[in-house]
Amino acid sequence: MFKGFLRSGDPFIWLTGGTLAFSLLMIAALIWIVGANALGFFWPDQLRAVDLQDGQKILGSVRAQEVIPQSAGAGQEQYRTQFQVANRDLYGSDFRWVDDSLMTGHAFPEQAIYLERYEWGPFFGFLTTVRQDGEIVAEGFDQAWPKFLELHARTQDTLDNIHTIEKKDIGDINYELEQLRIEVKRTQRQETDPTRAAAKIAALEEDIASWQQAYEEKAQELAALYQENSRYHMTVQDINGKEKELAIAGVVRGFLPNNMNWFERFGLYVARFWEFFWEDPREANTEGGVFPAIFGTVMMVIIMSIVVVPFGVVAALYLREYAKQGPLVRAVRIAVNNLAGVPSIVFGVFGLGFFVYAIGGTLDQLFYQDSLPTPTYGTGGILWASLTLALLTVPVVIVATEESLSAIPTEWREGSLALGATKWETLQKIVIPGALPGILTGTILAMARGAGEVAPLMITGVVKLAPTLPVDGHWPFFHLERKFMHLGFHIYDVGFQSPNVEAAKPMVFMTTLLLIVIVIALNLAAIAIRNRLRSRLRFGAF
Amino acid sequence: MESQEKSPLGHAVTLPPRPDSGNGHDPTALGTRDNVEVEIRDLCLSYDGRTQTLKHIDMDITKGQVTAFIGPSGCGKSTLLRCLNRLNDLIDGCTTSGSIVVGGIQILDQTLDVTELRKRVGMVFQKPNPFPKTIYENVAYGPRVLGIHNKAQLNDIVEKSLRSAALWEEAKDRLHDNALGLSGGQHQRLCIARTIAVEPEVVLMDEPCSALDPIATTKIEELIHELKKQYTIVIVTHNMQQAARVSDFTAFMYLGELIEFGKTEKLFTTPEKQATEDYITGRFG
Repeated sequence: MFKGFLRSGDPFIWLTGGTLAFSLLMIAALIWIVGANALGFFWPDQLRAVDLQDGQKILGSVRAQEVIPQSAGAGQEQYRTQFQVANRDLYGSDFRWVDDSLMTGHAFPEQAIYLERYEWGPFFGFLTTVRQDGEIVAEGFDQAWPKFLELHARTQDTLDNIHTIEKKDIGDINYELEQLRIEVKRTQRQETDPTRAAAKIAALEEDIASWQQAYEEKAQELAALYQENSRYHMTVQDINGKEKELAIAGVVRGFLPNNMNWFERFGLYVARFWEFFWEDPREANTEGGVFPAIFGTVMMVIIMSIVVVPFGVVAALYLREYAKQGPLVRAVRIAVNNLAGVPSIVFGVFGLGFFVYAIGGTLDQLFYQDSLPTPTYGTGGILWASLTLALLTVPVVIVATEESLSAIPTEWREGSLALGATKWETLQKIVIPGALPGILTGTILAMARGAGEVAPLMITGVVKLAPTLPVDGHWPFFHLERKFMHLGFHIYDVGFQSPNVEAAKPMVFMTTLLLIVIVIALNLAAIAIRNRLRSRLRFGAF
Repeated sequence: MESQEKSPLGHAVTLPPRPDSGNGHDPTALGTRDNVEVEIRDLCLSYDGRTQTLKHIDMDITKGQVTAFIGPSGCGKSTLLRCLNRLNDLIDGCTTSGSIVVGGIQILDQTLDVTELRKRVGMVFQKPNPFPKTIYENVAYGPRVLGIHNKAQLNDIVEKSLRSAALWEEAKDRLHDNALGLSGGQHQRLCIARTIAVEPEVVLMDEPCSALDPIATTKIEELIHELKKQYTIVIVTHNMQQAARVSDFTAFMYLGELIEFGKTEKLFTTPEKQATEDYITGRFG
């Protein structure tokens, strides 16, 4: 009976099915864990005020609950709860574990405020007074809260102005100054006639002076704006009565977590999401947004694809269509396949040595002599990182292209050749269009591989905080020599290099989720293009 | 080279002696020289440099007639056919010697532009191989390769070719549908239309009906009758009835040798060679 069962092949079906189910389950669990941890992060929790046995109080949101290890198995299990208590500037730590047995009562005070700050993390407590120019203008919650909201909106507008001036205007001025300084150096180097050189340099110095003047004006404007913002302060109290004075301009947003309806909560959730996507990071990347990292990741993957696809496809065409099949081609093919198995950090080292130092260094010597000793291309940048990744993923494209080329029926080639088409015409009109879906499959795989790769980037151009995006309004608009941020590196940096790991945890999950979503989105886009092509060609499956 | 080789069934087949002492037929007897479209002389071919796949073939193919190659599998008839448009060039290590003259041109000359030759010698394959394009694009493919890009002219060529291939009535309303949506028999007629769209002088057919049902086969055979008014046709077939039905001349090949070549009715009624008779009466093959 059992023998019959074995011979029927059913156990094998169960084994194969079970293996597949297990793999799917693992993937689903991974996405569920990341998603559950990440998506809940932005939801504004209520603040719970807890009385402790020793008379102290804490105010915070519940983050976790677990069995106290020592009590486990002792019959009576005891629990402890982790609170995010914030107020790092008062107590030095954002999180606190409290044994449940020590709690004597709890409440949700309606007037508890939640302040997200630009520095020191959030503040949980109560608002007492609002002051303008040192004078108390509002006192008590009923007066102070509306006044705070009004002044907060005003300071945020001023902050927006400050940001525009700092980023845009002063950025532009610095750019012009930099260009002029390089021009001066170039004149000194190239102009042989001393009188003409002196005249040119004098003219340039004049330009520099006028830009300096513009800079001074902007700096004054900035000082005035900062002055304006420093007029508004607020006094807050934590639950134990400790007072603290805060600049209203230092608050990102304030709200009353225990006095919000569902719509307000949802609005806040969306606003925080928006901030996450579109803002720059703050507080050593543990707060704020990840926009520069999203931008850097997507741009790097796109540059990589632009390089790797033509390169890989052309190489595969030669290998499959033109090269005489023999031991040499077989050896090349084996080498290409093995290239896919080389540890990625090795590619990183190669990229650093070859692209950054050799090619970048030479470019600097030839074309950017005047900005030396500051390297332009002779240091890590998005171009070199993309090229390194292109090298890393080129085997994927070659293998996929070769496979799809060899899947084109011989009859089609012969049919075309028999009509008097040349080999090139046959390739161009029959073979390559037919292989296109397969080529795109290779591209998708390469993109997925490239987007998730971190190790080689760490030494070829990724930084934890890039001051500028690789694209801006200054000619030539794409600054491929610039360093950039990357979601994968961001995860590593925030999760494992930041001083406040506990506070950064949700950020890690959120960034992970985002990276997964971006990889999926890039893949879906490529799959959509492939399906369009396939339905246009309407044949074969790859 | 010569004399006795074993047939698959074990009986001896007498092979014609070499050189040139008459290999069973006299090429000049088949027609005047003007009528000869393809002249094959002492053609030998080897795929690997050791075994001879074609052995000293001499044959004249008459203009405006249908010539059929018959013989058991592996006898070299497809190879011979593919020599006529040099499609064997695609196979690495394939070597040819001898001479083939098509329309006055020595086509085995390595300096010859094979694309030129292939425009003059079209081919229909055993397995219908329409391109994954529309019906229109399939037929227009050859003319486009020839450099015809005028829309009206292309339309004319497509219509004319599809009419000649007896596919126009079925395809005229779906010219811009994908060709892979047609049936197997239609596929093959489309391939014929595609071949004659470049107006070749010779049309080679490599077992064009072997993948088709009897009705589609009949249609193709009728088409061959029509086409021979304009083109010289060389057809390889496994089906002796088909050879008898469609061809004017028949060549019987065995183990790379041309055993007998002559008018079809004569070859099928009074074969000169024992091997030919054995084959056509079904004793081996």
